[in-house]
Amino acid sequence: MDSDLVIDVRNMTKRFGGRTVVNAIDMRVKKGEIHGFLGPNGSGKTTFIRMLCGLLKPDAGEGTCLGYDVLRESAMIKRQVGYMTQRFSYYEDLTIEENLDFVARLYHLPNRRQAVAESIEKLGLSARKRQLAGQLSGGWKQRMALAACLIHQPKLLLLDEPTAGVDPKARRDFWEEIHDLAEQGLTFLITTHYMDEAERCHRLAYISYGDLLVTGNASDVIRHAGLTTWLVSGPELNTLARTLRELPGIEQAVAFGETLHVSGADADLIARSIAPFMREPYLWQQVNSGLEDVFIHLMGTSSDNFHS
Amino acid sequence: MIRNHRFSFARLWAMVVKEAIQLRRDRVTSAMIFGIPIAQIFLFGFVINSDPRHLPAAVVMADDGPSGRALLAGFSNSTYYDFTRRATTEAEAREWLQRGEVQFVVNIPAGFTRDLLGGRRPALLVEADASDPTATHGAIAAVNGIVETWMAQEMKGPLAHLAGRPPPVETRIHAFYNPEGITSHNIVPGLMGVVLTMTLVMITGLAITRERERGTMENLLAMPLRPAEVLIGKITLYIIIGYVQLGIILLAARFVFGVPIHGNLLVLLVGSLFFIAANLALGITFSTIARNQLQAMQMTVFIFLPSILLSGFMFPFRGMPVWAQWLGEILPNTHFIRVARGVMLKGAGLSSLAPDIMAIAVFAALMLGIGIKRYRQTLD
Repeated sequence: MDSDLVIDVRNMTKRFGGRTVVNAIDMRVKKGEIHGFLGPNGSGKTTFIRMLCGLLKPDAGEGTCLGYDVLRESAMIKRQVGYMTQRFSYYEDLTIEENLDFVARLYHLPNRRQAVAESIEKLGLSARKRQLAGQLSGGWKQRMALAACLIHQPKLLLLDEPTAGVDPKARRDFWEEIHDLAEQGLTFLITTHYMDEAERCHRLAYISYGDLLVTGNASDVIRHAGLTTWLVSGPELNTLARTLRELPGIEQAVAFGETLHVSGADADLIARSIAPFMREPYLWQQVNSGLEDVFIHLMGTSSDNFHS
Repeated sequence: MIRNHRFSFARLWAMVVKEAIQLRRDRVTSAMIFGIPIAQIFLFGFVINSDPRHLPAAVVMADDGPSGRALLAGFSNSTYYDFTRRATTEAEAREWLQRGEVQFVVNIPAGFTRDLLGGRRPALLVEADASDPTATHGAIAAVNGIVETWMAQEMKGPLAHLAGRPPPVETRIHAFYNPEGITSHNIVPGLMGVVLTMTLVMITGLAITRERERGTMENLLAMPLRPAEVLIGKITLYIIIGYVQLGIILLAARFVFGVPIHGNLLVLLVGSLFFIAANLALGITFSTIARNQLQAMQMTVFIFLPSILLSGFMFPFRGMPVWAQWLGEILPNTHFIRVARGVMLKGAGLSSLAPDIMAIAVFAALMLGIGIKRYRQTLD
């Protein structure tokens, strides 16, 4: 076993009823890595994370998490993992301090009071520590939840859409913090829908309807998709977009401010389709595909197992 | 699944502290815990009162002689009877009785005074709604005294010759709607069991389902907690609460309703420990079965009714059919009522009550076992 791997699982599979929600997914995450986990809603990201920390029993699969067997040693895994659930899952009728104290007791922290006080201090929650968690705004709840998952000094953090509904400033601060912690050796698996956040991850995994479609760093992922993207500016782009979408080879024609992103997998086909429009008043320019272009492309090509 | 992961009192204590804070913040539940015993004991206090007075009564006065009026005054003076209505016919009065508008009908027939003076022993008819015997018992027992007092005042001078034997009036008492008799002191010990069953099963019945509904379960499961730590942690706090409730009821029983405590209170307190634990464990088990708080509540009702009807609280246990007795034997409340009545009324000791305490303990252990077994460590 490669001791550098914090998560090393193969063939992880989960079915609910007859539906395969996570389909034979492999994942390897190195120590100190921030691993972004992307995919549309209901694609199985949360289910995968829950299997990693023992909240769900995999129907198939094997491997280790923090060196412990994911199937048989979840109790040990739980001690060293911090799991931040998608929905706020601390006690809304407890104050910030009481919530943290509860968690600290559960992990048998020595110098519990001090650990709680430091955690509150570090996350800038001092002024609010006697406020009920239920009365906090989304951003503060998220900070509190992060503080709670960090209090026992876990080695791996599983964060499930930690920044959903949080304002840009708070998101940026949050990611600063994640990078600081990763530098100290913490490993992260983070799900997100935000492309700017995906770009801040060391590596990405894209999952759709239970299937792992692509992994690698952002440029790997973009290269792997082999997408061709053109940027066009000019008047009445909406009309142009509608026309272009009907043409062969054009998978996306999406407005970005004053420009339109036109992309597709087949470079030749797309070139032929846009040729008639490469004239005044339109201005064309081939650009590097962005992550978002790639992900929308991936979403379009994967089959929805609800219908299969 | 669990390796190198023993039961931890520190984690158990963490649960207890958390539950205590939540309880303190949950005003409705706190109010329920203390309000229900107090409200129940005073509500049932009407039933417990073995000597109620000022009961509504109707009079059918077909005679307007002075003797009849004096007799009626005697009834009023006894303080048992409050004559709220005057009927013209007996049928009318009987209807009031049936509708429960009056508890008694005192019937002084036509020619009462005349017959009395003629030594023809007129009848004095008292009709009672005895559907609640405890309520009518005292008033009926008082009738003879009322008649005797009246005679002593009336049969003087020229009428003195009427005071001999047999009495100059024939007193007839008709008790209607008469069911089983209930003795008042039996109710308070039973009430303790009923109140504890009701509140404690409900409290823990909501315990796990609430965590699930609020989404906090996912977090709880993601942390290194064992099922026993969660469940016993939730129970521990409410054992203390259960004793507080018991204390309230005992104080009210002793000082408000004057129920005697003949035996050793310690035996009762020991029995109560198992009984409180049994109810909490039952609630916890419901909580692991129910999908939401509403279902947990419904299950609570499911256990609550038999605990009232089949435990010997409401009907004499020996009067029930054998199958119902078997069902009753399963319920912890049945055994607790025996323990409570045994200690309070009969002065029974630990040795004679041990089988019942054992039965409650077995029930508690069994339920906690089922609860722990059913408590799912995953979200599957």
